[in-house]
Amino acid sequence: MHLVLFLIFGALCVGAAINLLAQKHPINSALSLIVVMGSLALLYLLLGAEFVAAIQIIVYAGAIMVLFVFVIMLLNAGEEEVLPHSSRVAVSLGVPGLILGLAIGIWVISKYAGLDRISIGGPRLLNGTESFGNPTSLAKLLFRDFLLPFEVTSVLILIAILGAVVLARREE
Amino acid sequence: MSIATYILVSLIKIVLVVFVLLTGVAYTVLLERKVVGHMQNRWGPSRVGPFGIWQPLADGLKFIFKEDLTPPYVYKPLYLLAPIISVTVALSSIAVIPFGPWINAGGVHTPLQIADVNIGLLVVLGLTSIGVYGVVLAGWSSNSKYSMLGGLRASAQMVSYEIALGLSLVGVLILSGSFSLREVVDAQSGTWFGFIPKWNFFKGQFVAFFIYIMAAYAETNRIPFDLAEAETELVAGYHTEYSSMKFAMFFMAEYANMITVACLAAVLFFGGWSGPVFGPPILRDILPVLWFVLRVFIFLFIYIWVRGTLPRFRYDQLMAFGWKFLLPLAVANTIVTALVVALR
Repeated sequence: MHLVLFLIFGALCVGAAINLLAQKHPINSALSLIVVMGSLALLYLLLGAEFVAAIQIIVYAGAIMVLFVFVIMLLNAGEEEVLPHSSRVAVSLGVPGLILGLAIGIWVISKYAGLDRISIGGPRLLNGTESFGNPTSLAKLLFRDFLLPFEVTSVLILIAILGAVVLARREE
Repeated sequence: MSIATYILVSLIKIVLVVFVLLTGVAYTVLLERKVVGHMQNRWGPSRVGPFGIWQPLADGLKFIFKEDLTPPYVYKPLYLLAPIISVTVALSSIAVIPFGPWINAGGVHTPLQIADVNIGLLVVLGLTSIGVYGVVLAGWSSNSKYSMLGGLRASAQMVSYEIALGLSLVGVLILSGSFSLREVVDAQSGTWFGFIPKWNFFKGQFVAFFIYIMAAYAETNRIPFDLAEAETELVAGYHTEYSSMKFAMFFMAEYANMITVACLAAVLFFGGWSGPVFGPPILRDILPVLWFVLRVFIFLFIYIWVRGTLPRFRYDQLMAFGWKFLLPLAVANTIVTALVVALR
């Protein structure tokens, strides 16, 4: 049952991602990306991380993608032009297919060479008994075990905001 | 409880709740027109039945018989999708709101709530975030300058006030220790000294309550924050190009959002369904729901009262209010609540 649901939601995610590449109008691509975010949230739910799923919807699908849609609306982005001698199928499936092939190849090689036992912890830091998706476990990881990366990421985002403000400012 | 019983009971609950919600939406419109009318020293609708009771029926018939025209210059897929998103989201968030305690009806032990998920509060916030798409896509796909501007303004406003809304609820979360709305209500049961109820409003969340109310008025695009759909400013904002049933869907979505906000305020800050319970068992089951409905009615009345009283904000005043006043206040409320709870 779990596998069936995973396959359905995974197929939804991949289908929306391919649709994102295949659409000509950018607004349709943005909406496909929203469907991808939504299906990721569903996959988190399948893993038992309901808090992370809800936050994924609120932050990613509900705020970040709204900003993407704003940009597309405000810039009045038109439909994509297709060059006369190119094939849209090759363009939209070519690069992702290449990356997917590389990823599978690397995974197979690392499994057979025994290189896949490296990990930073995460769920294993919680003694493997508690579930890792609820707010308590997330808080322990974020604010206790990984506090420094969390604070550094905040500073990084602040730098990005400052950069955007400087770049977008009108010259007085 | 077997799965078949569970599904049957859930279906009955869904049908009841949706029916009550849709009737509530129709009669909230009537309530608003009557109350605003009386505040402006005139009768509201009073012809269609005694006290205008059948006015919503007449309005519904009017919407059904109106010509549903689709302008030729709109971007059809999104034009049709936008009211669907708005109304689906508005009607779905009622699923996690608890109306009363567990009851024993016909031998079945069931909570008076459609879905008691343990992230109930986040479900409502998430659905509100998705509801922004109804507005922004309606504005853009209508391909007209009034709709575009209205849609942009409305969605920017909704996204900004979502943050203050969410943060104001963190204080309630810290006090209740859970995202599940039923547990939030259960944490507010009991009284101090026998008569002051232990509602979150009295446990120190009064600042959070006012932030929540103001942010919720902005989220639902109601006066004083309704610049995006004000008739004198933008014709009708993002729903200018919509007619008949699709317009009715936006309308329904707005009032359903109002009712959800009122229900949430009752659940999160005013103890949900607490109130004196007495009498025979059937009365004991119904009275908590009546107390809940009383609270929701009071909040709806306040909503309409504010609508009839205040002028609307200018757009820059509105954004400044959300970012520069409500957000720092909500953060301060979170810090103070966390300190008080940690040092207890």
